[in-house]
Amino acid sequence: MGQPFRLSEGGTIDRSRELWFTFDGRRYSGHPGDTVASALLANGLRCVGRSFKYHRPRGVFSAGPEEPNALLRIGSGGAAEPNTRATMQLLQDGLVAASQNGWPSTRFDVRRLHDWLSPVIPAGFYYKTFMWPRRGWMTYERHIRRAAGMGSPVFDRDPDWYAHRHAQCDVMVVGGGAAGLAAALAAGRAGADVILVDEHDAMGGQLRFERRVIDGLHGSAWADRCVDVLAATENVRLLRCTTAFGVYDHRTVALVERVTGTAETLPDAGAPRQRRWLVRCGHIVVATGSIERPIVFSGNDLPGVMLASAARCYVNRFAVAPGRRSVVFTNNTDAYRTAFDLARAGLAVAAIVDARPNVDVETAALARNLGIEVLHGHTVRSAHGQAAVARVVTAPLDGGNDSPQARRAFDCDLLCVSGGFSPSVHLYSQIGGKLTYDERLAAFVPGDPLPGMTVVGAARGTYMLAECLREGTEAGTKAAHGDDVRSHAAAAAPICDHEPAWSLRALWQVGGAKGKRFVDLQDDVTVDDVALAVREGYRPIEHVKRYTTLGMGTDQGKTSNMNGLAIVAELTGSPIPAVGTTTFRPPYTPVSFGALAGPRIGEHLAPTRLSPLHEWHAAHRATWIQAGPWLRPRAYVRDGDSFQQAWQREVLTVRRAVGLCDVSTLGKIDVQGPDALTFLDRVYCNNIASLQVGRCRYGLMLREDGIVFDDGTVARTAEQKFYVTTTTGNAAAVMAHLEFLSQTAWPELRVSLTSVTDQYAQIAVAGPASRAVLARATNADLGNQTIPHLATIESRIADVAVRVFRISFSGELAYEIASPADHADRVWEHLLQTGAGDGIAPYGIEAVTALRIEKGHIAGAELDGRTTPGDLGLGRFVSRRKDFVGRHMLQRPGLTDPGRKGLVGLEPVDGMTPVPAGAQLIADTDSAPPLPMQGHVTSATFSPTLGRPIALALLSGGVARAGEVLVAASPLIGLAVRVRVVLPAFYDPEGVRLLAE
Amino acid sequence: MLLIPCPFCGPRAHVEFNYGGDALRTRPAADEADSIGAWIDYVYLRENPRGAHREYWHHASGCRAWLIVERDTLTHEITSARPATEDRQ
Repeated sequence: MGQPFRLSEGGTIDRSRELWFTFDGRRYSGHPGDTVASALLANGLRCVGRSFKYHRPRGVFSAGPEEPNALLRIGSGGAAEPNTRATMQLLQDGLVAASQNGWPSTRFDVRRLHDWLSPVIPAGFYYKTFMWPRRGWMTYERHIRRAAGMGSPVFDRDPDWYAHRHAQCDVMVVGGGAAGLAAALAAGRAGADVILVDEHDAMGGQLRFERRVIDGLHGSAWADRCVDVLAATENVRLLRCTTAFGVYDHRTVALVERVTGTAETLPDAGAPRQRRWLVRCGHIVVATGSIERPIVFSGNDLPGVMLASAARCYVNRFAVAPGRRSVVFTNNTDAYRTAFDLARAGLAVAAIVDARPNVDVETAALARNLGIEVLHGHTVRSAHGQAAVARVVTAPLDGGNDSPQARRAFDCDLLCVSGGFSPSVHLYSQIGGKLTYDERLAAFVPGDPLPGMTVVGAARGTYMLAECLREGTEAGTKAAHGDDVRSHAAAAAPICDHEPAWSLRALWQVGGAKGKRFVDLQDDVTVDDVALAVREGYRPIEHVKRYTTLGMGTDQGKTSNMNGLAIVAELTGSPIPAVGTTTFRPPYTPVSFGALAGPRIGEHLAPTRLSPLHEWHAAHRATWIQAGPWLRPRAYVRDGDSFQQAWQREVLTVRRAVGLCDVSTLGKIDVQGPDALTFLDRVYCNNIASLQVGRCRYGLMLREDGIVFDDGTVARTAEQKFYVTTTTGNAAAVMAHLEFLSQTAWPELRVSLTSVTDQYAQIAVAGPASRAVLARATNADLGNQTIPHLATIESRIADVAVRVFRISFSGELAYEIASPADHADRVWEHLLQTGAGDGIAPYGIEAVTALRIEKGHIAGAELDGRTTPGDLGLGRFVSRRKDFVGRHMLQRPGLTDPGRKGLVGLEPVDGMTPVPAGAQLIADTDSAPPLPMQGHVTSATFSPTLGRPIALALLSGGVARAGEVLVAASPLIGLAVRVRVVLPAFYDPEGVRLLAE
Repeated sequence: MLLIPCPFCGPRAHVEFNYGGDALRTRPAADEADSIGAWIDYVYLRENPRGAHREYWHHASGCRAWLIVERDTLTHEITSARPATEDRQ
């Protein structure tokens, strides 16, 4: 039984209950209130993972979001999450944790060999060595990736779901430490809508583990009271376990809230695992605190070397002894608190090694009273031990006395290190705030204030508690009142106990000893690696970062960047501000893909649009095809039919009898107004001005650059009223284009545009028997006198008011019927019943495609954004007598060159081999490559009508080359088919069928 | 996430809009002499200033108005948004 390193008293864990978890397959216990890191330490587990490159043993290094070492895989199956920081993961009963990057195990890792080989694998080694021969990289990379890496990804489907939420507030306070709580209290009291977020499970920040007194209460009790007050304030929302990971434009703050797995019990069914918030804020108060950084020395990566404030946190908050006998190595006053708190908890403190020559009398007296030896002007030169730290060697810093006689050795199992603090300026910096270097703090702090953002407390380098409380209160008040602040009495800041003055002596690294000195623990970057990069001429810190990978891990160098750039400054003899920082980009800490994707996964990735006749299609065994956002019937498979048989039967039904096709997905635009005719005449390249009421016409639309944009029909249904259709794929783009022209180019034209795509269903009735069926269905005379080709009339089918257009895409005698969407099923069913004796049947997209290729009609594959009307054989439509969009640009020599690719038909020479769509057209297959590519196959099908494969292509020189034999080559599928160039009209080239009497 | 003050709908998130690019260009008149040069300018050339800029934004998921938005490309500050129709009348 366990927890040998749990202290018998103190802390805020619940000793009355035990939680059981497993780590690498073994069972351990902890208590409610523990993190996984504190529970591992309580059980004496010092090595919790292996390092990225050298596979060295690593232990828990911090107690917060900055953790570089203790990255675990938490959970199992699809719910597992790799690279989880043990310091941020609350312990739950039944939790399954596993170490990463140890093989075969964390305790015994054969790849530790990398460590002994390390002299030959410096920074940039892989780039330099494995890039030759070039093809080799493909092979090496796999092995390198396997050997050097973080946790492995999870391939099973995540069983959890993730929510998205949008919100707004007057004041967003990021960070629930002393300054943030004070800000939220002040802003909330002033009546502002406040959101206070904190990444930890309990508000209070450092107060959760410091022995401080505020307003007469212990720090954590004061924080709890603040939370009670805020929770009772209606206009304040508190979000625990929530990270503000990015600040975006116009004061948008992105949050990720860990919803389940945050209480000590297993998650409720139904709750999202995480929730991503986007919050628009009137003002942002950044109270994100600071992160302690280590000092770099030989052996500084051994398990048992820990940030001083983290050691204090484990003792005071979790009642865990991170070691039995410690040495504290510091360059500032703060770490003395760690020594004192360890001693008060009954743990031995061998020495405080302080780089500074002295300390304030108050602190010195405390050390004396607790019997702790202080070595001033000294450093830890090296740490030693096999699996964990066992001994440290100190040396004097000043006077250059590095003689062995001046060194002292201390046995210890814990080395607490503090090299000062780096303010968490991430959010300020993400939106362009410029940092300035503060010599006194040896830290970068926010420079000029940004509009809409106030940085307070340790995040701006204010380390004294009293000042943090005052700054927070002031910022909260101001944020709530805006410019109006003077009319309000300033809220009084909470009062805290006294603390001794804080001072620091900049110290980044200690040299002299043999052994690796790690700057970046997560990426295994050493001082030697940084020095090599500098020697090789990498100067901007961004280049040093990318060459050495310093700060490029999942921790983004929270404990290493500052040391790295200071060491670069030392090596290059430049001042630290001249070296500067690398860029801070969101996210502040890793965010799961699940939280970013939220509910927009699978079928919810994008909306699926369904035709008003969708239910009917589904009930009649349609197979589906995705057409943009639409789901359309591809073919209707009958008993005994294969898919191929089905669509070929449908083609022949249209050619021989009559077919029915749902074309509701076409874009439909209602165009009205006194100038509607003028407007349409300008947007189509063919003449529209002469269109009479009751007639319709093919319309070809160009882009401003003269390239074909879209085609469709224009029907004039009344003097000032037009019904325009577009292709399915371009419906939205055409609408936006027309609106742009109407609002920016010709605002003087009185025209109104309304999308009616969803309001009308449209049904094509095509085939020789279509007139007879439709005449019966409408009880109207549909002779050529009443409704000739390209005419439109109003009518009724099954008591539904419809509009009938005589237009044809199939080349047969054909009509399209527009009906109100809500009644489309009645019209459709009635037509089917009426035509039953004529062999009527529905046909899908596959048949539509075959029918239009047989006729040489263009569709999306030919409207590829590169073709002119002339290329597509539509040059005759282009008006020479009017102005239209694209007219001038169409005259450019490049677009009128007779050598351009033009639309042709293709037939296999053997009359039977299918022509692969997408194939390139070449002269022959015998010549050596490269072969000039003369064109490509755009659309291909088997023609059921002709009984052989046919295709459309764009070929240099176009139809002038009819009769030539070429090869359609598709190396991707290993096909090369000899094809003959023909005119792009395989069936009824004279177009007599659609004019049928 | 930008907040665009649509003159018809009020302040709206930019996800409701489609970007239409540089609004400093002017579409040549139909009868403009030597028009091909002017058309090439209009169709292909875009200003890309650092700082204040005028751009088209289409309120596609809103009122469908094309707006001319004054936006600072450096700070994303938006100083005005007005209907594109006003520009030409």
